[in-house]
Amino acid sequence: MTETDKPVTTDPRAQRDKVIRQRNVALALVLGFFVVLFFAITIVKMKM
Amino acid sequence: MTQPSTAALPLPAEWRDFFALTKPRVMSLVIFTGLCGMLAAPEQIHPVLAFTAILCIALGAGGAAALNQWWEADLDAGMRRTKNRPLPAGRMDKTSARDFGVGLSAASVLVMGLAIGWLAAVILAVSIVYYAVVYTIWLKPRTPQNIVIGGGAGAFPPLIGWVAATGHITLMPVLLFAIIFMWTPPHFWALALFVQSDYAKVGIPMMPVVAGEASTRKQILVYAVLLLPLTLVPWWIGGTGRVYGISAAVLSTVFLALSARVALRRRTGEDDAMKPEKQLFAWSVIYLFALFAALVADRWTVMQG
Repeated sequence: MTETDKPVTTDPRAQRDKVIRQRNVALALVLGFFVVLFFAITIVKMKM
Repeated sequence: MTQPSTAALPLPAEWRDFFALTKPRVMSLVIFTGLCGMLAAPEQIHPVLAFTAILCIALGAGGAAALNQWWEADLDAGMRRTKNRPLPAGRMDKTSARDFGVGLSAASVLVMGLAIGWLAAVILAVSIVYYAVVYTIWLKPRTPQNIVIGGGAGAFPPLIGWVAATGHITLMPVLLFAIIFMWTPPHFWALALFVQSDYAKVGIPMMPVVAGEASTRKQILVYAVLLLPLTLVPWWIGGTGRVYGISAAVLSTVFLALSARVALRRRTGEDDAMKPEKQLFAWSVIYLFALFAALVADRWTVMQG
């Protein structure tokens, strides 16, 4: 197969996997952020 | 059992589309006024809790915006300004948008209640319901006064910010609420004057569509006239100092002058560029930022003097 026979960017499965991976990374970052935030809130509340 | 092929499944929405669903540009004004309400309050709040409160205000606004777009997806598809949003463009299904909106809204209220206080959480919940239900579902498709009453939704952030810092409601945060409430009609009607063909197309009874341009222009002036003394009340009652008072007087006078120019003119024809209306809309955004910045600057001046 030649290079032109592989439409990588239009492969629905590859595109779908990419979108899901990006969503998972974004969700992990959000969850990690909230873990840190809740920890910080707890420390602040304990000192009040 | 056979599995459906991956190619047959719809492409899931990207994280960028969920972010776009929160109306980030509107959120910036919400965050700013909420932060100013908090900074202008007479009591100080721990920076971590202040950050959490502002985050909750932002998440609540984002959740309400997502619910607004979920409900209005069909209307958005018919307007040039909104047809590329995630739902009308077909990049997201309606159920995802609804669940995202409900999740963000519930999380924001819960975190606000647990971390900051339940009075601030209740006001945040009221503001979300006010925007998503009272304005979006009930008023917007029914009455040309939708903007007047619905403007209350955008007026909540400084009130929530103030209550998050102090734990109680006084006259000052209610005045801040009233200022944004009174600012909203001329701000949105100026926009509606130069995008009115879009609103008319989807049957939203915006004031220029129902009452006509002349009446809308007159009402813009009425609200601008009422806004000027209202912005000075915090100074008159001693809630703020001269920095705010003079800033409010200057900013509101310019707002009134631009509103008067819009009120006294008529559209010259179909090719009218609507420059005065666009200038009033642009100034209305600058005006609110500047007015609340002056409020915070005044507070810092008082604290240091």
